[in-house]
Amino acid sequence: MAETATQRLGRLLTMVPWLMNRQGIDIAEAARELGVNQEQFVEDLQLLFVCGTPGHYPGDLIEASWEGGRVHVGNADEIARPLRLGRDEALALIVALRALAATPGVGAKDAIERALAKLEDAAGAESRRAAQVSVSLEVGEVEQQRLEQIREALAGPNRLHLRHYNPTRDETTERDVDPMRVVSLEGRWYLEGWCHRAVDVRRFRLDRIEDLTILDVDGTPPAGARPRDTGASAFSASPGDVLVELELAPGATWVSENFPVEGVERGEDGSQRVTLRAADPTWVRRLVWRLGGGATVVSPPELAEEIRSGADRALQAYGVH
Amino acid sequence: MVRPSPAAAKTERLLNLVIALLYTRQPMSKSRIRTAVPQYAASSDEAFDRMFERDKDELRDLGIPLRTEVVDPLFDDETGYRIDRREYALPEISFEPDELAVIGVASRAWSQASLAGPAAQALRKLEASGLTRDVGSVAGVEPLLHTTEPAFDAARDAVLARREVAFRYRGGAPDGPAERHLQPWALTAWHGRWYLTGYDLDRDAPRVFRLDRVEGEVRATGKPGAYEVPEEHEPRAMITATATGEGGEHVARVALRMGSGQQIRRRGDLQKERGPNGWDVIEVRVGSLWALAEEVASLGPDAVALEPEGLVSAVVRALTEVRDGHGQQNHYENAGDASKTTTKIGGGA
Repeated sequence: MAETATQRLGRLLTMVPWLMNRQGIDIAEAARELGVNQEQFVEDLQLLFVCGTPGHYPGDLIEASWEGGRVHVGNADEIARPLRLGRDEALALIVALRALAATPGVGAKDAIERALAKLEDAAGAESRRAAQVSVSLEVGEVEQQRLEQIREALAGPNRLHLRHYNPTRDETTERDVDPMRVVSLEGRWYLEGWCHRAVDVRRFRLDRIEDLTILDVDGTPPAGARPRDTGASAFSASPGDVLVELELAPGATWVSENFPVEGVERGEDGSQRVTLRAADPTWVRRLVWRLGGGATVVSPPELAEEIRSGADRALQAYGVH
Repeated sequence: MVRPSPAAAKTERLLNLVIALLYTRQPMSKSRIRTAVPQYAASSDEAFDRMFERDKDELRDLGIPLRTEVVDPLFDDETGYRIDRREYALPEISFEPDELAVIGVASRAWSQASLAGPAAQALRKLEASGLTRDVGSVAGVEPLLHTTEPAFDAARDAVLARREVAFRYRGGAPDGPAERHLQPWALTAWHGRWYLTGYDLDRDAPRVFRLDRVEGEVRATGKPGAYEVPEEHEPRAMITATATGEGGEHVARVALRMGSGQQIRRRGDLQKERGPNGWDVIEVRVGSLWALAEEVASLGPDAVALEPEGLVSAVVRALTEVRDGHGQQNHYENAGDASKTTTKIGGGA
């Protein structure tokens, strides 16, 4: 989605004080830290130096330069302080900090409490409203213990030895893992690290780690190990995804409003034909079974066949043929 | 010099306006503002009036505290505008490096959710003073929040504004979605899902709604601040009670393949007996058999509904329709039809 003129203004008002406190910063680093590409960043600086206080004589204008790749911004006293936190800005930080504060095992409790108190103070009324939005990052007793052990290993860094249960294969395996991070995703905590058994980065659900020991071995992951993508799980489209075409009965058209579909053709009877991309067809199978005839997979034919035979096998348990 | 695009010209105009209003000590009259901002000076009277009205609204939407004051106390017929620097600026807060580190974690928690932009912007504002983070204490801990439900933004706005809403909801009714009216009290993420709690105006009672069961838009129907949220409201307790079927009238039993059906396992109790194929048997109390039937059907061959009869028949009906809808004749014997559709989408694959 393209940035609106007003959103860009908000970004510039944050960028100016940030840069004024980092005079001479490398242009590539500044752009990266500010979350824009370098081309956009230069356009931003070009916009700044034609703005200024009434009169707009050269001495009134903001100074912005990037000679030799070093960024300098000055003569912008009026906007040298950032704008106070907006509603959603305060909300985002306060909700996440409160969630962390209420989660045992994540550590840094003291810093979280102090940061939260200062932010609530600065945000005033916004912080009281933020109480209406909350996130609970469930941590069970076992998960809490695992979290604490993994944080200890990360601080080393030490290698971990773990016994892990995989329910899909119904098997328990023993692995040595160099920990990279613990992530909470959709209500579950996972250890992510370099698995010496898989010789790759793997993610393990904490409540499925049956046993965990910190080894007296250096746990630095290989230089090339990268965290796994945590994009919006099943719904983030990528080039390798399966393109699925679905026929939706009139009562099931909510699907096209709730999932990122790429094309919608509407039939005269209120039905829809939609296409969507799925990284893992599992959720499409589940969706279609759930809809009980409200949706039909038109293509790919392999997926349609899996859904048919899955339903057929399920029905055999009820003696239905 | 290259002429700026219309959007860039607007940002330039707004920035000049903000600087002028922060610069002035006295409220600026509209005519002074017009001479102070070059893009206004170059416009016709009418165009300037329109632009200025819109610009004021947009600055306020951005959270800029634009004041309207009388220009001269002796002549109170002319209003002027200014921005108070203290009201505008983020209060001077000095954060310790470890505090900034946890704020960084909090900000990144939203990096893949709808609040990603505001969260990153907030962190930059707090870090503007140039302090560095000491990440040691929280290195490697990353809670990631998701807001995949399209209704999230509108629900959040309604909760924060205390504003009545209407939406279509797929609740426990087999006859499809129904229009619901709600005074939203709170928005809560629990077990990876967002729930909207509030006063249900159709049922005349507090209710819980799963955001992923909202169909289409959440529409604001009332005025902001139209009601109070009861102080004793505890969204989590209410959600837990609903999700676990506490007080639910139906007791159901479901057999689950090893490791599958986590949502059902979480809410129910594992029984001593073994089910078909030696599977686990879970007893679960639910408010709506229909919703449980959907859940069991979604597991396909990994779950078998055992009791009550109403649940079993609903699951069998759903799966029979799916099987028959995906009968071979639709896809293989009638090859002409199938090849047509495949060709059509083939180009995009």
